[in-house]
Amino acid sequence: MSHPVAPATGGGRIRTPLPFPTAARPAVADQQLRANLHRATRTIRAKRARVVDEVPDWEALRDAGSAIKADVQRRLPELLEQFEASATAAGATVHWARDAAEACRIVVALTRAAGADEVVKVKSMATQEIELNEALEAAGIAAYETDLAELIVQLGEDTPSHILVPAIHYNRAQIREIFQRRMPDAPADLSDEPAALAEAARVHLRRRFLSARVAVSGANFAVADTGTLVVVESEGNGRMCLTLPETLISVVGVEKLLPTFTDLEVFLQLLPRSSTGERMNPYTSMWTGVTPGDGPQTVHVVLVDNGRSAVLADPVGRPALSCIRCSACLNVCPVYERAGGHAYGSVYPGPIGAILSPQLTGVADNASLPYASTLCGACYDVCPVKINIPEILVHLRQQAPHPPAERATMGVLSWVMRSPRRWAAALRLARAGAGPLGAYRERRTGARTLRRLPWPASAWTRSRDLPLPAPQTFREWWEKQ
Amino acid sequence: MTARDEILARLRTALADGPPPVPVPRRYRRVDDRSDLIDTLVDRLEDYRAVVHRGIDALPRLLSAVDRLAVPTDVPAGWLAGYAGRLHRDAPALSPATLDELDAVLTGCAVAVADTGTIILDAGPAQGRRALTLVPDRHICVVRTDQVVGLLPEALARLDPRAPLTWISGPSATSDIELNRVEGVHGPRRLEIVLISSGA
Repeated sequence: MSHPVAPATGGGRIRTPLPFPTAARPAVADQQLRANLHRATRTIRAKRARVVDEVPDWEALRDAGSAIKADVQRRLPELLEQFEASATAAGATVHWARDAAEACRIVVALTRAAGADEVVKVKSMATQEIELNEALEAAGIAAYETDLAELIVQLGEDTPSHILVPAIHYNRAQIREIFQRRMPDAPADLSDEPAALAEAARVHLRRRFLSARVAVSGANFAVADTGTLVVVESEGNGRMCLTLPETLISVVGVEKLLPTFTDLEVFLQLLPRSSTGERMNPYTSMWTGVTPGDGPQTVHVVLVDNGRSAVLADPVGRPALSCIRCSACLNVCPVYERAGGHAYGSVYPGPIGAILSPQLTGVADNASLPYASTLCGACYDVCPVKINIPEILVHLRQQAPHPPAERATMGVLSWVMRSPRRWAAALRLARAGAGPLGAYRERRTGARTLRRLPWPASAWTRSRDLPLPAPQTFREWWEKQ
Repeated sequence: MTARDEILARLRTALADGPPPVPVPRRYRRVDDRSDLIDTLVDRLEDYRAVVHRGIDALPRLLSAVDRLAVPTDVPAGWLAGYAGRLHRDAPALSPATLDELDAVLTGCAVAVADTGTIILDAGPAQGRRALTLVPDRHICVVRTDQVVGLLPEALARLDPRAPLTWISGPSATSDIELNRVEGVHGPRRLEIVLISSGA
């Protein structure tokens, strides 16, 4: 009898190097960043609301999307085998990668085998996650990002801060400055009009597209029954990469599967309206293996685990694998709007990142992220596949390591609160202890609160006031009436 | 153990709790009951800055301003009636560099979706291969009224998943700068739709 193989956590850019509160501090203090984020998220929220409100069956679509994804998770091994068989039959070569490093090795080897020393890239969260650009560079292969926002971030030697709009933290003036500094063919009198900036990017990438031999993409969906891959985009850089090169390598997380081609009728309604706030994004490409005489004649698919099996293993956290990377949850999150994407450390920021990253790495490696939320629930309301993000956040907080002092305090508190008699006695005691202090604070500051406590309770009062017990409880007041 | 076998084994272990089957409720609309599909399509196309012309008679006028025109090999002869410019048929296949020098491409489509203002090409009749409608800066696309459906589910039912599919909703655009939509990045910056009746 063979031993069961345990699900494994992943690596790559999914770990916070600093605890979230520490990483968020400079961002929260940056007025320009906060203004950029506020304006951008407000714009996209309004656009989304408008195009979602005009769909009478939106909730029915969400229900279907949520159920299809739950079904995919339940049947993931068999659907992956089915996808592999369909894609292979259509002329694609399917590769499997246990983790980020293995996925990078496969892409490097395939690029070398194609005789290329450069690749053009379609924006892809999976390749960001596995840090493919760094691996290609280390292997002497130049990787050119072709999505406008990814290009801005790459030229600015920065990292993305949003799933959909990686350069959301820059305004137009900052983008012009990056182009003028780092884009040799940018016109000297480049204006900061978005149309002029887009034109500069078009000219900059045109020759590269027309001569590229290898492209690397991700995929928004992989269809099991047909072996079809789907890429959703706006600019046409995706079409360029997916059509003109001889070799196409697509890096796809194993959770991206859909059972049938028909299921796209649900997700291609949910995704554009939730992400860019459009009825439909300008371009969607679908390809199934190789089509003779049309597009790349060598087609590879790299299926990546990198921690997804660990997410699947937790029945409560599992629905995080339903995420279609629309980023609607980022745009409504009060914490994301103030802290920005970089504070989350991982390529997956915002509410979805706060549940996905800790599950991909193991909670101990990202213990601060489940706390990067007010649990307001706005993310759950807008999620097109109804991921109950607040519930998973609370679940992960329970798994996060807690300091011994906190555990001891909670243990005592739990013992006290389990008995009404102990609880009433504790309240009496607390009131007797705090009585004069409460009255004093009320006279001084108009509120029965303490601003600062000595260590270790200072950890609590650093970001909150501590309320002192009221002179009488509601029950006591009621009995006197 | 190969990576494939190991990943599949990990996933099977992860599902040891035996999650129950999930019924998929499909209570969403699958057929559009609107009577004004064509008007809806035009409204949505124009909302995304595509230019819409009605009737086959619009074609000669449009093409008279095109100097160098790319067409798929099986373009209907009637669409080119009276065309006096330089015609580039995609046989043998035009190189990307050649396509880049042409002024426009003229194709048909497979399906158009009114609800979202989407034109879908599947490399079928009068459409050619994907590069043809990608590299030239102007795409003129002829849509027959019998190719128009209301909703996405109706469109998917008409498509062959094994064909390379390109869904087009307006000209190339980006919202990457302050989330403002700007038309015209790498794909054709001008998309013109010529709506013709089914018999034309």
